[in-house]
Parts: sequence; structure tokens; C-alpha cells
Amino acid sequence: MDLPLISIGTCMPNAPRDPLQPFRDEELLADVIARLIGDARHVAIGASSPIPAAAALLARERGGGRPYVSLLGSRQQNFFTDGGRELFDCAGQGRIDVFFLSGGQIDGEGNINLVGIGDYARPVVRFPGSFGSSYLYYVVPKVILFRLEHSPRTLVEKVDFVSAPGTSADNVYRPGGPVALITSRCLFTFDRARRRFELASVHPGHTVAEIIETTGFDFDHSPQVPVTRAPTAETLRTLRSIVAPQLVEVYPRFAAEVFGVAEVA
Amino acid sequence: MIARTVEEALAPITDGCVLAVPREASGVAMAATRALIRRGVKGLHLIALPTSSLQADLLIGAGCVETIETSAVSLGEFGPAPRFTAAVTSGAVRVKDATCPALHAAFQAAEKGVPFMPLRGLLGSDVLAHRKDWKVIGNPFHDDDPIVLLPAIRPDVALFHAPLADREGNVWIGRDRELATMAHAAAKTVVTVEKLHEGSLFDDHLLAAGALGGLYVETVAVAPKGAWPLALADHYGADAAHLREYARMAASVDGFAAYLDRHVYAQRAA
Repeated sequence: MDLPLISIGTCMPNAPRDPLQPFRDEELLADVIARLIGDARHVAIGASSPIPAAAALLARERGGGRPYVSLLGSRQQNFFTDGGRELFDCAGQGRIDVFFLSGGQIDGEGNINLVGIGDYARPVVRFPGSFGSSYLYYVVPKVILFRLEHSPRTLVEKVDFVSAPGTSADNVYRPGGPVALITSRCLFTFDRARRRFELASVHPGHTVAEIIETTGFDFDHSPQVPVTRAPTAETLRTLRSIVAPQLVEVYPRFAAEVFGVAEVA
Repeated sequence: MIARTVEEALAPITDGCVLAVPREASGVAMAATRALIRRGVKGLHLIALPTSSLQADLLIGAGCVETIETSAVSLGEFGPAPRFTAAVTSGAVRVKDATCPALHAAFQAAEKGVPFMPLRGLLGSDVLAHRKDWKVIGNPFHDDDPIVLLPAIRPDVALFHAPLADREGNVWIGRDRELATMAHAAAKTVVTVEKLHEGSLFDDHLLAAGALGGLYVETVAVAPKGAWPLALADHYGADAAHLREYARMAASVDGFAAYLDRHVYAQRAA
């Protein structure tokens, strides 16, 4: 069984520029995520998250230097001086407003699986591991889930392993959790009280019927689902000329493939 | 204290020992890792603070690791860690899955000399369900507030690569403070450095603020480009072409063996 996790946050495979669509899917997604970030004070980005990184830097550019952006693995986009633990301590105190998580599998109740498929002791497929998800999902108020591959094998009815649950019992300390899930096809919002996703918008060129067909879990949707707003020329200019060069340090491959920006020797 | 060779500095790392290593961004002792593989170290209990990449994949692929405790093993933009993935699916290595702040907290417990540390999150996850060594208690200061307790992690040896050390064994780690946490928590610490600093790091207050005292350090060896092919932050970048080649070769058992022959056993660039 071949289920590489590479596409979890890197480039869209086989995503050539559509001549009728003057932007790439990664640019559309970064724009949508930047709007979801909203009026935050501090956005942190974890491992293997180039599109959220682009979105956070875009949001900072629009906000004239706010929010603060902490990019894991970066020396330039990172003000932590107390080692790797500072990010988690910061989050535990409520000083991180927005974080991003993905999963090899994500289910309809917002549970995410970063560990594997099949029996835990002898999995059929092994993913890298849970990273900080089993903690950050609980304590960061606005967690945005992203998974480019939108298919029945990634968006499942029930995950094989819960790296972090979408919701918790009432007595569990849980100021945080998922607010949205963005994929290459659409944007879902998450209702914590109902423990369900709702289809918020469908990206240009995709349809509700296709979303239903390719999603392994049930979700709510209104009769008229809007189309995701395309990025403006100004947004594309900002992404390509200002954000892209800042991504090279941590995501050289992404910066090169999506924006054609190479590392300065 | 200052060893003549990397091999000599690695003497404290014995078969079966509990070895702590840092995440890729903080200074990974890759030259030392290749030397350990050449020596044929066996049965390591490898603990990544809190994740690992090429280092864990190489050690696992070379058959040096019995158990790995980590929050993740991945080659990042270069894809999944192929030998880690193969060893887990075949049952050749035991994984103690953790989450990043749990490892940071368990090392902090050890550096404080206390038996455990509490941590938020985790409740209701399968990470917790599979960790019989972690406990859930009620917050003794508040009603109906369950919280997870993590036992202290006290490694036998911590191993990392840093920019500088002086002849007294003080090591300059800059802002990568988890290296200090590792050294405080471990019984012994082995460090490779880019170069030796003449005089004491503590004579310069700017350097002293980023230094780790020699009290914690067992052995130091000079290994220029000792993090290669990984980056040493603020000093040199990762060798992307090499990492791409590794990801390709290590995808198969034969390819991995050829990689070891070429880049580890041949000692080239080691």
C-alpha cells in the first residue's frame, strides 16, 4: 500500500498553471488561510507547513507587521531564545492565537492521525509521528487544519489512530481546537458543539457533488455553497515578491517550485 | 575532556545505552553518528528531543537502534524517513510515540531533579493510550481537572554538535537552549564542535550568555562540518543535493547499503 505523506504540506503534485486561472492553488489557499487568521496577535507555524507559512507572512504584510509570526525551523522568522520548549510554553499560556495542523487522516469529528494506518504495533503505513499536535490542538484557540490531498483515504469517517482528538469531554482543559479545514478542493468550518464540519466554500473549478464524492465523512452544507474568493492581483503580487523570498530559508523546495524563487548563494 | 578524535570522544556511548539527540535545527552530530555506525553500536534506546530526521533514519537503518522515543521522524521537504518507516512497519524497531512538549517537559523534570512533570493536552488521544508509563491524575489544587504526568527522562548520554568549545570543556550553544536542557538531564554529554575557542568562553560576557558550562560535558571533539549533510544554523546550510540522494537511495535496502558503503564506511567527508 503506497500512501506517501509527502504531499501533506508541500507542493500540489501535477499542478500546472491553468491558463484560464492566473494563480496557483497554493496561492489561493494561502490567501484563504490569511483571511482565516484574522485579527491575531501571534501566529505560529510548525513542521512541513509551507502554505500556512506563506499565509501567515501574507497576513503580517497586510497587517503592517502584525501578527507576530513564529516559523519553526527558521532563524529569521523566529524570536524564541529559550529553545524548542518556548513555543509550547508560549502556547500553554495562551500566547499563541493560531496554529496549523495536518494529518495522514482527518475524520469528520476533527480527529487527526499523524502516526499510521492499521494496527499500532505493526502498522501497514507509518507516518512521521504526532509532532506537537497532541498538545497544541488543545491549547491554541484557533487551529486551522490543512490537507491538500482531498480524497476518501485522507478525509475518513474514523481515523485509525488519534494523535489528537477534535473535541474533548467537558472536564478536560481545552481552550483550543479546530476552527476550519482547508483542502485543495474546498474550505470547511468546524462546529465544536456539534462536532461536525460544514462546507463553507468550494474552490474555483470544483463542485459540491465532487466534494461529497471525494470526502469520506458526512458534513453539513447549505443549498447554495459559495465559491472561494480568488486572490486579487495585489495579493498575488505580495505573495510572489514579498512573501516568497522569506520562505526560501525554511522551504527552499516549495519556494522554488511554487514561486520560482531560488536560494541566494 | 578534549578528545583527540571523534571516535575517542564517543567512548561513553556504549551498546544498549539511552542516547538523547536534538532536533535537526539545533545541531545534530552527524560526523559522530557516522562514527558510531562504523563502530557498530547496538541496541540503542534513542530519544529525540523532540524529533529527528536523517540521524535517526541512518542509525535505525544501520541496525543500531532497538527503541526510539520521539514525536516524529521525517526528512522534512525531502519526504518520509524511509528506513524508520520500513523498520516500524516490519517491527524491527520499537517506537515510543510522544508529542514534542512531552519530551521537553520530561527532560526538564530530569534537569530539575524531580520525578515527573505535568502537561496539558494528551487526554483522549491514542498517544496517551499507548504510553503505559504516563499517568493521569486529578489536579490536587482544583476539582475535576485531570492532567497527565510524565516521568523524568534521564538519558545516559546526550550527543550534539555545536559551533564552539574552549579547552575547559565549556560549549557555546547560542540560542539553541534545548541543548543545555539535554546536557543538564543526561548523566554524560558528548559534544562535537566546529572549532576550539582560544581562551575561556566565560571571559566574554556575550559568549558566556550562550555557553553551557563544562561541568555537564564529558568529552568534546573537533569535527569541522560535523553536522553535514544537515545544517548548522548560522554557520552553514543543509546539503540539499545530498539529502535528495539519500532519500532516493534509502528507499530500498540495497540502496541504503550502498549509501552506507559510500558515505559512512568509506569515511569520506566523515
